[in-house]
Amino acid sequence: MQWETVIGLEVHVQLATRSKIFSGASTAFGAEPNTQACAVDLGLPGTLPVLNEQAVAMAVQFGLAVHADIAEVSVFDRKNYFYADLPKGYQTSQMYHPIVGPGDVDITLDDDTTKRIRIHHAHLEEDAGKSLHEDFLGMTGIDLNRAGTPLLEIVSEPDMRSAKEAVAYLKAIHAIVTYLGISDGNMAEGSMRCDVNVSVRPKGQEAFGTRAEIKNVNSFRFVERAIAFEVERQIELIEDGGTVVQETRLFDPERDETRSMRTKEEANDYRYFPCPDLLPVVLDEAYLDHLRSQLPELPADKRERFQSELGLSAYDAAVLSASREMAEFFEEVHHVCGDAKQAANWVQGELSGALNRENLSITNSPISARQLGGLLSRVIDGTINGKAAKQVFQALWNGQGENADAIIEAKGLKQVTDTGAIEAMIDQVIAESPAQVAQYRDAEPEKRGKMIGYFVGQVMKASRGTANPQQVNGVLIAKLDALL
Amino acid sequence: MHDKTLTQLAAALKSGEFSSRELTSHYLQKIEKADGTLNSFITVTGEQALNQAEDADKARAAGNAGLLTGIPLALKDIFCTRDVKTSCGSKMLDNFIAPYNATVVEKLNAAGTISLGKTNMDEFAMGSSNENSHYGAVKNPWDLTAVPGGSSGGSAAAVAAGLVPAAMGTDTGGSIRQPAAFCGITGLKPTYGRVSRYGIIAYASSLDQAGPMARSAEDCAHLMNVIAGHDVRDSTSVARGVPDYTETLNAPLSGLKIGLPKEYFGDGLDPDVEQAVRDAVKVYESLGATVREVSLPHTHYAIPAYYVIAPAEASSNLSRYDGVRFGHRCKEPVDLIDLYKRSRAEGFGEEVKRRILIGTHTLSEGFFDAYYTKAQKVRRLIRQDFLDVFEDVDVLMGPASPTPAFDLGAKKDPVSMYLQDIYTIAVNLAGIPGISVPAGFAGGRPIGLQILGTHFAEAQLLNVAHQYQQATDWHLQLPAFAEENA
Repeated sequence: MQWETVIGLEVHVQLATRSKIFSGASTAFGAEPNTQACAVDLGLPGTLPVLNEQAVAMAVQFGLAVHADIAEVSVFDRKNYFYADLPKGYQTSQMYHPIVGPGDVDITLDDDTTKRIRIHHAHLEEDAGKSLHEDFLGMTGIDLNRAGTPLLEIVSEPDMRSAKEAVAYLKAIHAIVTYLGISDGNMAEGSMRCDVNVSVRPKGQEAFGTRAEIKNVNSFRFVERAIAFEVERQIELIEDGGTVVQETRLFDPERDETRSMRTKEEANDYRYFPCPDLLPVVLDEAYLDHLRSQLPELPADKRERFQSELGLSAYDAAVLSASREMAEFFEEVHHVCGDAKQAANWVQGELSGALNRENLSITNSPISARQLGGLLSRVIDGTINGKAAKQVFQALWNGQGENADAIIEAKGLKQVTDTGAIEAMIDQVIAESPAQVAQYRDAEPEKRGKMIGYFVGQVMKASRGTANPQQVNGVLIAKLDALL
Repeated sequence: MHDKTLTQLAAALKSGEFSSRELTSHYLQKIEKADGTLNSFITVTGEQALNQAEDADKARAAGNAGLLTGIPLALKDIFCTRDVKTSCGSKMLDNFIAPYNATVVEKLNAAGTISLGKTNMDEFAMGSSNENSHYGAVKNPWDLTAVPGGSSGGSAAAVAAGLVPAAMGTDTGGSIRQPAAFCGITGLKPTYGRVSRYGIIAYASSLDQAGPMARSAEDCAHLMNVIAGHDVRDSTSVARGVPDYTETLNAPLSGLKIGLPKEYFGDGLDPDVEQAVRDAVKVYESLGATVREVSLPHTHYAIPAYYVIAPAEASSNLSRYDGVRFGHRCKEPVDLIDLYKRSRAEGFGEEVKRRILIGTHTLSEGFFDAYYTKAQKVRRLIRQDFLDVFEDVDVLMGPASPTPAFDLGAKKDPVSMYLQDIYTIAVNLAGIPGISVPAGFAGGRPIGLQILGTHFAEAQLLNVAHQYQQATDWHLQLPAFAEENA
C-alpha cells in the first residue's frame, strides 16, 4: 500500500517584546531563576493583567506578512488547568477570537518549486514558567522568569505532505519572524517551539487518518526526525492491523522516538471562557495601515528582488534570502563592493565554507560584511588577483589586519601590472628553464597550450602571487613563440 | 467622638478640637473593648495606625492636611495591604502578606487617612451573612443574635458599632448594600469600572467593585472623591473624569423621577420592609419627586444567571490557591496532585468549595453553552432592562434586602441564603451603581432603602441619598451596643 503523510504544525514564537505580555517584568533570557517574575507573573492575589501593546503590534505584523485577515475584535480567554509552573491556574490565550485569521505562506522545495501552506490562524498567549527537575533532591524547582513571556501561536492547516515540507514551512516561518524582528528565532533557547500533528492515509484517500500530536519539538532536525519516526510507527501499526489513537506524544531526541504522553480520553478539559480582566482588543484600519507601512522587505520579496534586480540565480537568491542575517550580510557586502555576483559567490563560497568548517553562524563571522566587501572591491578594481584575494581573506579571518587594504599593503599583495616588471620576471624564468623551453619548442603546437601552465606558475611564484595572471599569460606566449 | 460622622470628624480635626492621634486612640480603645463581642476585625493594626496618626498630625501642623487627613478607616480584608496580612476571610490566606497595596489603599494613604485594620468578611466574599468566615461569624451591633449581612459584614458592623467612622467594602452581588442595610449604615456600590480593582482579591472579576460604607451619603461622597478614577493597572477601570461628589449633594430634588420596579415589591418581601421603603418614597414626594411604577421583566433570572457567571469566574480566579507559591500548603505532600488536593481541601471552606464546583461544572465541555453562554445572554437582557427604564426615570428605589437582618445560624440551606440578594444582584450584572441608606427599623433591626442609578450616576445617587438624610435621621441613630461600649 502507498501511504501519504499529512502534517500540520503549531508553532509557538516568543515575541521579542522588552516586557511581558501582561506585566512590566523583563523578558530577557538567562537571568537567575525567579528574578524576572513580578507580582502579576506570580499570580499573587489581587493582581491584574495589562496587555502589552507591543505584543499586539508584533502579532499584527506577522498577520500582515502572511496575508492574513486581522481581527477587528479579538478576545483573550482563560485556558484553565493546574500545573506547578502555571501560577494562576490558567493560561491567558485566545481561543474563540484570535487576533490573526486565515493567511498563507509559500515554501520553497528542493527542486526550487514553491508550495503554498495555509495558516489557519495565529493567536496571542502567555508562556508558562519552567519546571526544573535536577538538583532539588527529588523535588521540582519552579522558575517563573518565562511565565508571561508573550507567545504567538501560529497554527497551520494540515497542508504538508512530508517531513521536508514541514521543515521548509518551519524555516519559512522562522525567516518571516526574524525578518520582522518580532522574535530572535533562537530555537535552542526556546524562542521558537513546535507541536507537530501527524497522520497517514492510503494514497488517494480523501479522509484524514487519525492524528497524533507530537509536543514541543525544538529544532529543525528534531522536527524531521520526529515526523520520520512517527510516520513509520503509524504505517507499521496500521499494516499490522492496529489503529492509530488520537493522542499527545513526546519526541525523545536521545532515543530518536516518540512516546505516548496522554490519550484523548485523558486530555484536559480546559474550560475556556473569556478573561474578565482584559477588554477585547479592537483594532482600526488606521492602526493596521500604520503597521503595514512599517513592514520591512520580507523573504519572498527579497528573493524576488535578488533575481530580478541583482540578476542572481534562483538558487543563489533563495539561499541568500533564507535568513535575515544571511540576507543582511550579503546586502552589506554588495553595498560595499557594488558587484552582486562577486558578493553572492564569496558569501556562499569562501565565507560559508569557512563558517561551516568552524561551525559558526553568520552572525558570529570573524570577517564582517564591510571587510569582505572591501576585499572584493580590490578584486574588482584589479588591485589584487583572485589568488591574493584568498590570502587576504584568510588574513582577515585570522584577524591579521583591520581591512583588506592594510593586509594588501603589509603583505605586498598588490597585483603587478607593470609590463616591464612582468617581462623581466618572464625573461628570468625562461632563462632559468632551458629544459622546459626546449620541450615547449619541440612539442606539437596543440599541446603547447597546456605546457604554458608551468611557466605561468613559475612567474606567479616569482611575483609571490601578485602578477596579473592574464598579463603573464599573454606576454609568456608571445615570448615563447618568439623562440620557436 | 464615635457618634460623629466622618464629615463632622474631618471638621473637628481641622478646627483642632482633637488630634488624629487622640481620635485614632479613641477608636482603637473602642475596638479593644467591643470587638471581642462583635468580631468585626480580623487584624487590628494599632501601632501602625498611631504612627500614621502622628504623621497626619504633623502634616496638619505643617499646613499640608487634606480634607480627610487623619481620619481613621477600616479595610475589608480583601484589600491587599503591604506588610499587613490579607486573609480574604480564608484559612487559605491566613499566612498571606502582600508585597503591595491595592490601588484603593494607595489612594486612601495618599489622602492621609489612617487604617485601623482589616475587617471580617465571608470567605473570598462568598456569602450574605458573614457566617462563612474562617475567623468566625460577626455579630450585628443592633442585635447580637442577628447577622450583620455579608460579605462585607465586618466593615458594616464596625461602622454601625462606632468602632470606626467608615470602612471600605466590596460588592459582587450585594456585599456592600445588604450589610449596610442590615447594620443601618450607608453603603455605595459604584459603577463597574469606576474604582480600580487592582489589589482587591478577585471573587468574580466582571462583577466585583469596591465602595465606601459609612454613616452618611455625605461621608461616602468624600470617600468616593478619593478612591474613584482610572487606574492603568486595571484594564477594566474606566478612563472617565471623576466629578467632585460633594459638589452636587445639595442639588434640589424637585422634578426627580423615581421608578419603583414592581418586581422588587413581590412575594417574599417582608411587610415591614415594604412599608419602610414606601414611607421613604413618600419623603421623596414631599421633596418634589414624582413616582411611577416600572418593570424590570428579567429580574427573576438574575439569581440563576449570577450563580452561573460568578462561580465560573471564581472557579478560575481561585485556581491560583494551589499551595505552590503562597497561602496554605498541606503537610508533607507526596506528589503534586496530593499537594493540590489536600492544600485546597484544607484551605477552602464549604461555601467556597461549593462555588468552585459549580463554576467548574458550568464551564465544562458540553455544559458551557447551556450554562455560561446562556447566562451571559440573560445578563445582557438584565442590563437592557435597566437601560430601558432609565430612559423614563432618573433613579429606581426599592428594598436592599427582602427582610431585615436574620438570626445567626438561621439560614442553613445555601439557596435560601442566595435569595437574600434578590434585589441587589441584578445591579452587579448590569454594572450600574447602587446605594443603600437606612430607612427605618423592624423589631429593632435596621431596614435599608436601595437607590439605583444608571452607569456613572454616583453623584446623583449620593445627592438623592443625602437629601433624604437631610429630611430624616435614621442614619444618625446608633445601636445601644455602641453607647454601652463608649
